[in-house]
Amino acid sequence: MRAEARPQAPFGRRPCEVADSRASGGYHIFTLIDSEGPAPAPGQFYMLAAAPEWGGEGGRPYLPRAISYARVAENLTGGLRLDFLIDEVGPGTSRLARMEPGDSCHLTGPFGSRFSLPRELNPEAAGAILVGGGIGIAPMAVLRRELVDRGIPSRSLLGFRDQAHSGGVDELFGCDSTRLAFEDGSSGHKGYVTDLLLQLLEGDDASSAAVYSCGPPAMLEAVRQICLQREIPVELALESPMACGYGACFGCAVPKADGGYLRLCIDGPVVRGEEIATAMAGEPSVG
Amino acid sequence: MDLSTEICGIELTGPVLNGSGTFDVLAARRVFGDALVEEFPFDCYVSKTITMNPRPGNPPYRLWETPSGMINSIGLPGPGLEGFLERDLAGLAELGVPLIVSVMADCAEDFEVLVRRVAARDEVAGIELNVSCPNVHSGLIVGEQPSETEALMKALRPITGKPLIVKLTPNVANPEEVALGAEAGGADAVSMINTVKAAAIDPGDNRTWLGVGAGGLSGPAVRPIALAQVRVVAAAVEIPVVGMGGISDAESALEFILAGARVVAVGTENFRDPRAGSAVTSGLPAALARRGFGSLAEAQSARLD
Repeated sequence: MRAEARPQAPFGRRPCEVADSRASGGYHIFTLIDSEGPAPAPGQFYMLAAAPEWGGEGGRPYLPRAISYARVAENLTGGLRLDFLIDEVGPGTSRLARMEPGDSCHLTGPFGSRFSLPRELNPEAAGAILVGGGIGIAPMAVLRRELVDRGIPSRSLLGFRDQAHSGGVDELFGCDSTRLAFEDGSSGHKGYVTDLLLQLLEGDDASSAAVYSCGPPAMLEAVRQICLQREIPVELALESPMACGYGACFGCAVPKADGGYLRLCIDGPVVRGEEIATAMAGEPSVG
Repeated sequence: MDLSTEICGIELTGPVLNGSGTFDVLAARRVFGDALVEEFPFDCYVSKTITMNPRPGNPPYRLWETPSGMINSIGLPGPGLEGFLERDLAGLAELGVPLIVSVMADCAEDFEVLVRRVAARDEVAGIELNVSCPNVHSGLIVGEQPSETEALMKALRPITGKPLIVKLTPNVANPEEVALGAEAGGADAVSMINTVKAAAIDPGDNRTWLGVGAGGLSGPAVRPIALAQVRVVAAAVEIPVVGMGGISDAESALEFILAGARVVAVGTENFRDPRAGSAVTSGLPAALARRGFGSLAEAQSARLD
């Protein structure tokens, strides 16, 4: 079983109606109706900009924001319902979180590479281990649903700083096969999600594992090192400052293991652990 | 409304180009497929800058968002001259619009090789000279010195009859003097502005944000600077001006025409909307009519009071 090729994005940005917008834990979830685009593939992302008042107060936000989708469903009256999970960390994400139903949001995409299936990463793979941190649980939720649909077993390990930064879990994951870690010990394991990964790999036959991860750069680099040291195939969904999403700006440079840089928007955002020199280079600059 | 025009003998269906390095058609075709070619948003395509040797580009971070703009320090990543001619050029020739290739070198000798090799290709309609690099012999940035710019143009002019366009930097006190140097050396046109020198401080650490310390500002934030410089340069030289700097719609494009530009280029706005060039073109008839012009040519020959 192989994952299909990445879907092709319609040329140009398109206005999408905001169908829903709600707080979730410490995060925010909003829903856009995309009547034009193809169904995205797990790991892909969109460039988003609220249509009115983008670039309002103080001239920021100016650039669209690269956001992975957290869920996709058919819309009853046509098109797709795309859910996005965001944390308000700057003027762009704050503006997106303030959008209300009926508002319009510019959307371009879907962009970027998709996650491979476990057997593509590791012919011996018995299932998948998904490691998500903070807002990075969104692509993990999408991948988990795809694996469920394909009948492939997966376990999800999700880590958060504290309850104020922990939205979307119930809505996006349900409670099956999901283990939580909170750095402040307020729920689940007290500590890092990588602690849970290490426990799981000790108990498992590491040779049958395939690991997927998305989250803050330090967490991704820890996951990458854990997997590389044990020769476990790992795919990471990275984030980087990015102006365009389609290979034009060359801003989203991530150092490759063999020298030079890849463009995260078209060569990623999903990369193999051994492809890159470090996961620490990627970091959202603009919020 | 007829928007067709020409720039130094290159016939164009309309006046909208892209700024060099702001639209990678090879990557965009991978992402958007054949729709990119069928609905190509520009009347002429300007390549990213080609250098003699392959370059990896600058270390991250390369971008910073500013009020109404952004700073970049990309560092001209590219395949080098041979890689460009062997691999990339064929894809750029499939767009159905004239192709201008941007080149840069750190000495006149390398510039001569680049211009000779690129101009020899039938696919290439013209060459843009990116002169914002220091000359290894003099240590001076060519495009900041009228005499260096004139000397470089005099060295390159005999190589080809194809149009040579000098990309001017705004980081000088008197851009018209550099433009006059380019014209005296035989340039067919000037394009302006390149980005404005700029820096950003890391909000979370006491260091500069960009990997190489500083970069160039672009977007609507620089538009007033660009308009002022285009106006001064267009008044000083006889050769045509390709105007750019924060153009985001038809109205702002028309402002550049009124300031004296013959044609315009869309740059940073492409990052916000891949079809920004088409949006500028489709809005031009109404923008021209609103200002009382019956054609693009009328606006091109109009002069501001």
